[in-house]
Amino acid sequence: MTKTDVVAMPRWDRRNLLSIEDLRPEGIRDVLDLADRLQGEPPTRATPEDFHHATVATVFFENSTRTRLSFELAAQQLSAKVLNFNADSSSVKKGESLRDTLSTIDAFGVDVIVIRHASSGVAVQASRWVNAAIINAGDGQHEHPTQALLDLFTLRQALGTQRGVMPEDLTGLRVAIVGDIRHSRVARSEVLALSAMGAHVTLVAPSPLLPTSVEGWPIEAVSSDLDHVIANTDLCYVLRIQHERMVEARLDDLDAYRHRFGLTLERAARLPEGALIMHPGPINRGVEIDSLVADAPNSLILAQVRNGVTIRAAVLSLLLGARRDEIQGAVK
Amino acid sequence: MASERSLGSFLLRGATLVDAAGERLGDLRVRAGKIVEIASSLAPVIDEEVIESEGCYLLPAFVDLHTHLREPGGERAETILSGTGAGALGGYRCVVAMPNTIPTIDSVEVVRHLRQLAKAAPIEVAISAAITRGRRGEELVEMSELAAEGVVLFTDDGRGVQDDGLMRAALEMASTLGVTLGQHCEHEGHAKGAPMHEGAWSSRLGLAGQPRLAEIAMVARDLALVEELDASMHFLHLSTAEAIEMVRTARARGLRVTAEATPHHLALTHAEVASFDPVFRVNPPLRESADVRAVRTGLVDGTIDAIATDHAPHSPETKDEPFDCAPPGMIGLETAFAVAHTELVVGAHLRVANASGAPMLTMGDLVRLFSTAPARIARVDDQPGSGTITVGAPADLVLFDPKVQWRVDEDRGASRSRNTPFAHLDLVGRIRHHLHDGQLIVRDAKLVL
Repeated sequence: MTKTDVVAMPRWDRRNLLSIEDLRPEGIRDVLDLADRLQGEPPTRATPEDFHHATVATVFFENSTRTRLSFELAAQQLSAKVLNFNADSSSVKKGESLRDTLSTIDAFGVDVIVIRHASSGVAVQASRWVNAAIINAGDGQHEHPTQALLDLFTLRQALGTQRGVMPEDLTGLRVAIVGDIRHSRVARSEVLALSAMGAHVTLVAPSPLLPTSVEGWPIEAVSSDLDHVIANTDLCYVLRIQHERMVEARLDDLDAYRHRFGLTLERAARLPEGALIMHPGPINRGVEIDSLVADAPNSLILAQVRNGVTIRAAVLSLLLGARRDEIQGAVK
Repeated sequence: MASERSLGSFLLRGATLVDAAGERLGDLRVRAGKIVEIASSLAPVIDEEVIESEGCYLLPAFVDLHTHLREPGGERAETILSGTGAGALGGYRCVVAMPNTIPTIDSVEVVRHLRQLAKAAPIEVAISAAITRGRRGEELVEMSELAAEGVVLFTDDGRGVQDDGLMRAALEMASTLGVTLGQHCEHEGHAKGAPMHEGAWSSRLGLAGQPRLAEIAMVARDLALVEELDASMHFLHLSTAEAIEMVRTARARGLRVTAEATPHHLALTHAEVASFDPVFRVNPPLRESADVRAVRTGLVDGTIDAIATDHAPHSPETKDEPFDCAPPGMIGLETAFAVAHTELVVGAHLRVANASGAPMLTMGDLVRLFSTAPARIARVDDQPGSGTITVGAPADLVLFDPKVQWRVDEDRGASRSRNTPFAHLDLVGRIRHHLHDGQLIVRDAKLVL
């Protein structure tokens, strides 16, 4: 969590992807570089990214469209077989425990389990229970590492286009993450990923929606004044806001939220020249972000969606490759 | 009970005898359930087992103020027999059974039923009863009937009594009857059922946190009630620096309050939750290292009277759920004394690097915290010589080897459950033998069946 903890952590073993913390900067670079290659030339049977013997299970206990679909598309791009588990139509409804459900899927011999669950920590727990590699596709309010990776990838590309050369890292980039940080797994992964690459992150939210404590968070500042922060922001990362949070935020309604924390046309106009805008989706147009801002040329929102498949293919490829190497090593 | 079991005759040679009078070397003879002779050197006699005890401590066996035996209703997790087996291994001559069973221990009938079941246990079981019917916090139990039945400790443990007026009525009734109330200090309006301590780790891990105010608020209210009514009260498992400080101040002003702390709150912090292992979900939650230091300081200066386990078995499948869905609780009977010895006497810190800051304890202090003080609070100290190593005292004795190092193996305990937070840690010191009522019930760290 703190900088010293990160230093003490071992190099990413590519066994699982549970948290951005596991990756450290080198691991993040490995994923982004592979994604670059995959996007340049989609894998064929002649490339190392062909995994037609492998099986990837997507196990979602929580609704999702884009994340699940992008993982399934990514697995298909790698020629892997895809097993789709839907908690709604499963034995979970018959009272099977989480561990038994996962052990059953594991017993089929799948190589990777992509898991999403409403409870924080489930991916970490799952990694102790099964042989398959675990990819955290979102666990409660804890982390959503592939979202942060695809965002870094998208950001790196956009900066590369802007500057005419792909940046080594994000040193000096001033990022504001705006919205319900407290309850957001995206925010947690985003903070770790952006800061690992050298960005300076400021969290902006109504104070009840900031984390109770930011002790150990690798951030520059917290603020409840977006108007103050906006002029010094190179990347405005907007989070989805939910109507149900307004009472906790001590705001009257979503209009009141928009008034103080929405990325409105007026606020977007005050961003510095060349500033970028991101949002993990799905967006509430006219609430946390104005429609015209979301669709503006400096908005990367659709690029984020496009890159989701590529980054997930890269992550799957690294994990499947590590497993294949391990098996081949064992055979030798 | 004494007549059936008191057949053993033992000569323990060369142990360091520890009680409130201090430490001294000596040989000690046990016969017919009593300590019959103590001298610097005793010769063995016929039909007597000689136990060479050099290098070991002989201690008055322990009393646990806070044990969940789960029977009736929770036998998947523990039974009276399995739980008292764990207690015997842990050196306890008596455990106070908590009333949050199914059905709740809130009537004379249930108390009698449990007493009957407990006759088969290797150690004594003191039955506590709920303060409110069904622990629902709505109406008081028939406290006078239960007191007449011999119940001396009442608690809604697992929940605190939320209603101020009801708590006031309970304290008034307890004063009249001369019984003790034990409060689980958790204001539910603040705690909101959150699965861990609110702080740096809950924020980082994306888990809801219960603020320390949940404990502080209830201790503050109860101290005000105790003062107003000139009543007495026992605080269960204190965990925050602020609550401990309030109790310290209150005692200095003469309020009649006692308190306990658990082995896990003196050794572990909320950082353990980073593993998301539900074994670390407990109420009150594991807190910060400053709180760990406060618990230790409270144990040293006497603000906290006793170390109590809050042994809370949960069957493995219930802990194989997401952290926020798993039930709170940890087992502790088999490891409590070794954990306290390792942390507080040896000064080896299992998990919290900078936990010291409080002076270390002596073996005599551990006897106070594990034997004499809890026996006084649970009122199981009425036998002559109870809690002392003196001639005529009951032969309820623990032989503790302070040098043995052992690794906690959750699969090798007597408890039916595995949810120990100390699994795989190396503890210093082990209970070698346990004499209960003059009978050897634990030999070489194994139950004698």
